[in-house]
Amino acid sequence: MPRTLSQQQRHIRQKLLRLYYGASCGHIACSLSCIDIVQAAYSWKAASEEFILSKGHAAGAMYVVLNALGRISDEQLTSFYKDGTKLAAHPSAGTSRDIPFALGSLGHGLPIATGIAYGKNHVGLADRTFVLMSDGETNEGTTWEAAHFAVRNSLSGLFVIIDKNGLQGFGRTSDVLGDTADPAVWRAMGFRVIEGDGHNEAFLKSFMDETRPDADGRPTVLIANTVKGCGVPYMEDKLEWHYLPMNKELFDDAMTYLEESGHAE
Amino acid sequence: MRNEFCAAIANVMSESTTTFFLTGDLGFNALEGIQQLAGSRFINAGVAEQSMIGIAAGIASCGNDAFVYSIAPFATFRCIEQIRIDVCIHDLPVYIVGNGGGYGYGIMGATHHAIEDIGCMSTLYNMTCWIPAFADDVRYCIDSMRAERKPAYLRLGMGRPRPAASVCGPASPVTLASDPKVTVVTLGPIIANVLDALERVGSDVPADVFSVIRIPLDEADIARIAASVEASGRLIVVEEHVARGGLSEYLIARLHDMGLDGFRCSRLCAAGYPNKLYGSQRYHQAQSGLDADRIAAALRRTQ
Repeated sequence: MPRTLSQQQRHIRQKLLRLYYGASCGHIACSLSCIDIVQAAYSWKAASEEFILSKGHAAGAMYVVLNALGRISDEQLTSFYKDGTKLAAHPSAGTSRDIPFALGSLGHGLPIATGIAYGKNHVGLADRTFVLMSDGETNEGTTWEAAHFAVRNSLSGLFVIIDKNGLQGFGRTSDVLGDTADPAVWRAMGFRVIEGDGHNEAFLKSFMDETRPDADGRPTVLIANTVKGCGVPYMEDKLEWHYLPMNKELFDDAMTYLEESGHAE
Repeated sequence: MRNEFCAAIANVMSESTTTFFLTGDLGFNALEGIQQLAGSRFINAGVAEQSMIGIAAGIASCGNDAFVYSIAPFATFRCIEQIRIDVCIHDLPVYIVGNGGGYGYGIMGATHHAIEDIGCMSTLYNMTCWIPAFADDVRYCIDSMRAERKPAYLRLGMGRPRPAASVCGPASPVTLASDPKVTVVTLGPIIANVLDALERVGSDVPADVFSVIRIPLDEADIARIAASVEASGRLIVVEEHVARGGLSEYLIARLHDMGLDGFRCSRLCAAGYPNKLYGSQRYHQAQSGLDADRIAAALRRTQ
């Protein structure tokens, strides 16, 4: 039974599909799995707080959200994937204030975010620093290096968000290395663990807007349960839609579905 | 050079409240003083070099600069992707410090040697490599790195005191002959063996000697070396680094770019582990033909 999406969720997905169809490129389903988190992050975090998209292959989700919020121009968005663009398939360094870092090689965002959290903590800033990782990405050894560092240094300003869709590059996470995004593992390391629905707008708003750094000094991890390809039935929970571009028929089908599923609300 | 390094860093950490120092769980009997004075700006990041680089980049992105310290191979090869992306692509003032460059860790074995580090690091975007040759080069290098506020790699070794009448610089002329028959260009502390070799050959082989401690070099430095090579007609490059990707390839290419050719050239470089046996730094230097006797022999062949 497909979930019911709000008008905002359907519209941002249509924007994403237009972007990817226009560029004839893949990384659609992994963007759909985290797009609600990205939307909530940029909508509700404070301006001084960093949000780092460590799963850089979902750059499209970030670009359309920033465009919807008026922080990337239509003209710039149109340049996506084209020669001479700042909006490459993975985020480039210094694209804008919202996109300061080059990301896309997995396992880089968490150490950088950890360093930012350390730097801000050092000068007494109460800012939170958010980093969005994929569950497959938590295979990377830097996850465990930086996570232990954050706990040891009581970096309560560090907020890790794991987009847990259960699929990674070439298999199910449970079949590849097992569940490296297991809440029990993160809890055992010393994180404050919050679990929730990574497509529930109200929950994500409350997490971004209201969750303050842990009073006990623990860094926080949100394990966001998601569906890869969420909102496009033929992509949902399908590994191949990590990679495939849409043809016209599939694009029209997805756009129509998103349009008509709103009528049932 | 570790003592000179620690003294210079202690000075920097006292002067600048926005400088951080990260170590990959190393520094026993060396870094304790810095740890004491720097407080939370001194970070033991654990045996975790990859995240240490990313954390340093994050700290630097907040308007700070950061030194990152480990044994040379662990500070470079282990985390080169983090250096490439997190530091270099973002052009952040993160200074990678590798202790014991070349065969510096001797009998500790091949895992602890760094004879390909300059080849790796010098190709990275925005990166400058510093290879102090004499003890007083260390402070000069650190001051230069901090003034440039760009990604840098500092390769520390064993440096003897500087000979009289020479000064610190990226490609400092250490000795200049009135009628040079050979131009010797060295990379870092191996210059000690070259100076010993020159003593052995005496006035038989008038030589210009340049001590290169920075890669890349600017045009003026290359031009000075080129003028010497043009006069002598003979270049010898000596480096405790493999031939591929080291000073010799870099320098010869730059000289060629300037239109200088027709000179004879010898390259004395690290040979790796030719007999698959291990020993002190001096042992490995000898195995590579980088000891003073072999360098002297190479100088005599220029006659």
